[in-house]
Amino acid sequence: MRSRSQVKRGLLALATATAALVAASCTAGSAADGPQPAPGPDEQVTITVSSQFTDRELDVLNRVLDGFHAKHPNITIKSQGNQDDDKITQAIRGGNPPDVAISAETINLGQFCSSGAWQDLGPYLQRDQVDMNQIVKVAQEYTAYEGKRCAMPLLADVYGLYYNAEAFARAGITEPPKTMSELTDLAKRLTEFNPDGSIKVAGFLPVLGSQANHPWNWAPHFGASWMDAQGKSSLGTDPAWQEMYRWQKELVDFYGWDKLVQFTSGLGQQYSADNAFQRGKIAMMIDGEYRTGFIDQYAPELRYGTAPFPVADGKPELYGTGFVTGTIIGIPRGAENAGAAWELVRYLTTDTNALVELGNGLKNVPTTTEALHDPRVERSEQYQTFLDLFDNPQLVPSPPSPNGSAYMKSAEDFSVKWQSGQVGDLGAGLRDLDAQIDAAKALGGN
Amino acid sequence: MTATLERTEPGRTAPARSRRARRKRLQVIAFMSPWIIGFSLFFAYPLLATGYFSFTSYDLLSPPDWVGLRNYAYLLFGDPVVRIAAANTLWLVLVLTVLRVVFALGVAAVIARLRRGVGLVRTLCYLPALAPPVAATLAFTFLFNPGTGPVNGLLRTLGIDGPLWFNDPAWAKPALTLLTLWGCGELMIIMLAALLDVPQELHEAAALDGAGPIGRFWHVTLPSIAPVLLFGVVNSIIFSLQYFTQALVAGAVASGQAEVVGSSKVVGFPDNATLTFPAWLYQQGFHYYNMGYAATMAVVLFVFSLGFTALLIRRMRGGTNAEEVA
Repeated sequence: MRSRSQVKRGLLALATATAALVAASCTAGSAADGPQPAPGPDEQVTITVSSQFTDRELDVLNRVLDGFHAKHPNITIKSQGNQDDDKITQAIRGGNPPDVAISAETINLGQFCSSGAWQDLGPYLQRDQVDMNQIVKVAQEYTAYEGKRCAMPLLADVYGLYYNAEAFARAGITEPPKTMSELTDLAKRLTEFNPDGSIKVAGFLPVLGSQANHPWNWAPHFGASWMDAQGKSSLGTDPAWQEMYRWQKELVDFYGWDKLVQFTSGLGQQYSADNAFQRGKIAMMIDGEYRTGFIDQYAPELRYGTAPFPVADGKPELYGTGFVTGTIIGIPRGAENAGAAWELVRYLTTDTNALVELGNGLKNVPTTTEALHDPRVERSEQYQTFLDLFDNPQLVPSPPSPNGSAYMKSAEDFSVKWQSGQVGDLGAGLRDLDAQIDAAKALGGN
Repeated sequence: MTATLERTEPGRTAPARSRRARRKRLQVIAFMSPWIIGFSLFFAYPLLATGYFSFTSYDLLSPPDWVGLRNYAYLLFGDPVVRIAAANTLWLVLVLTVLRVVFALGVAAVIARLRRGVGLVRTLCYLPALAPPVAATLAFTFLFNPGTGPVNGLLRTLGIDGPLWFNDPAWAKPALTLLTLWGCGELMIIMLAALLDVPQELHEAAALDGAGPIGRFWHVTLPSIAPVLLFGVVNSIIFSLQYFTQALVAGAVASGQAEVVGSSKVVGFPDNATLTFPAWLYQQGFHYYNMGYAATMAVVLFVFSLGFTALLIRRMRGGTNAEEVA
């Protein structure tokens, strides 16, 4: 009897200790109360900056951070590279967050904002009377979630059409396509087959999930929206999605699914010297402005052009739209020196010199109007297309969601099934997809 | 002879004995404390916390909210991907376990019979096990690249049209299996040790009784190494249930979009063929911020691992006991 009661007491103590540990682990990192003041000129402060950058890109960032330190000698910066969103989230959870966090994606913003993991910057902006209108409108939009501004934009990625100018010239094509019908037509004209029937050069690769072909990159060009006004998934109710998928299937059927799988299997990595467009294996593709940097580095002899990506035949007014995403920067919950961190965030996101230097170094689009039009921005003819696109108020980012990129994965899974002929009824399939996306989203709801 | 009896003083010796016993208990606990602390921190607490989180909605960043059985209901009836992930893992458990044990045993049996160059062959067979999983997977996806890889190139010279390996949903898991077999040197070394430990007299006695090589292997070697085989099977099952890194890296590289893991939006290429249960668990917990649901998946994985292991041990013990009785 005595030993049993001891066991019971031991278990009770273990359970209590566990509950205490669980409770402690769940509440690490408290929210700061209101905007923190900037450190005085004589107050020496060290702040940490976490970003996903490595190697050359980290050097670019560090040079700009040195510029900030020169202006604020009392603020020393410790820059930590190779820190993706997972690591930053873990640091916030562990109660040891960086003072400034830089994320390469906008897609996790919904979670960062709704959980309070990244602080609301609204009070800082208000206190320092920062004019948000200096920032391009779409960048303002994708850095806020449900009215809460918990991040600022730090450069953007804009997607457009790349085409092989030599292939165009050989085929007697003088203009890039503007509609999906034109894209289909040119894709067929530019495609070359081997004697055995396999694909030698694809005019346009219609495989979703390959290279930069993803539903989120294509959707803006059909005017397809991810969610309705109530925040519910709208792939089954917005007819633009069906139009997009049907257009895609027509092109897939032109090539033949098996041939496309065989062809894509042999292509090089997207972000390498072996990229299929750089190697002349694809004549037209959708990609971001950063590709110009890759081409400069790995295929300087390639003659190519850029243009806005074509749009649905019935929606010519969309021409000039495109998918946009970007790097975002914020102050995590529990940051030790939030006041100094804000000074850096404001500098990096509103100082024209800093943005131009970063933009040139990283080959990304600056996010303020002044920096965008600054003559020091290195602009080739091809790169200018993306700068012009970014000025277009029609650019469309992917909507942030509390469960991050879960809906993108669901849509891509569906796309793979559709293009390989596993979906019979497109409408019913898309409605099922809606239910799946909404159910997954509700999982995070309390 | 006289015997003297000590006078007992119950009022004084009982507490002294009790004190001694308590001191002894404390000593035992003090000696055991490193294990107790380690066990509590790294096993009991995570296990209990996982169990608790599995009944909550928890995004890693806000305090968890109790949601009862909602995560379990979603796992059973709402998540279409988890079924695919579970089926992939089950496939690996069945195929990988059998092939890993058979392959390791086969290689060990060959090495055990070698007369020359044993050290070199043993080292060569063990070396792949030292390769980091990410590097090994990258090398394999390069070797098995359908367009540019040397494996299909070699097959082409032999007039065989090689499969698409990691790019084909039907071949992705077999390709992962080949990768795992290539790196099963650790199990091979354990099997080799067990084979070399089989008493030679038994083989000689069986040979005298007229048993051939197959008969000796079946009736002498296998029963002798049964405990090691059991270890190999249990180890392979747990290995397959936890299959993660290779599947994630192979899928990402084959898709041509190898990104930083933390930035990857799409896992499981091609067509979720490389999406294992642990990979989907990780994706849910750390990319979709559904740590409560991920904990539910972890609980299910734990129960299955425990069940598989218990079942195997019970069956093997049953077999051993039956043999002893016979």
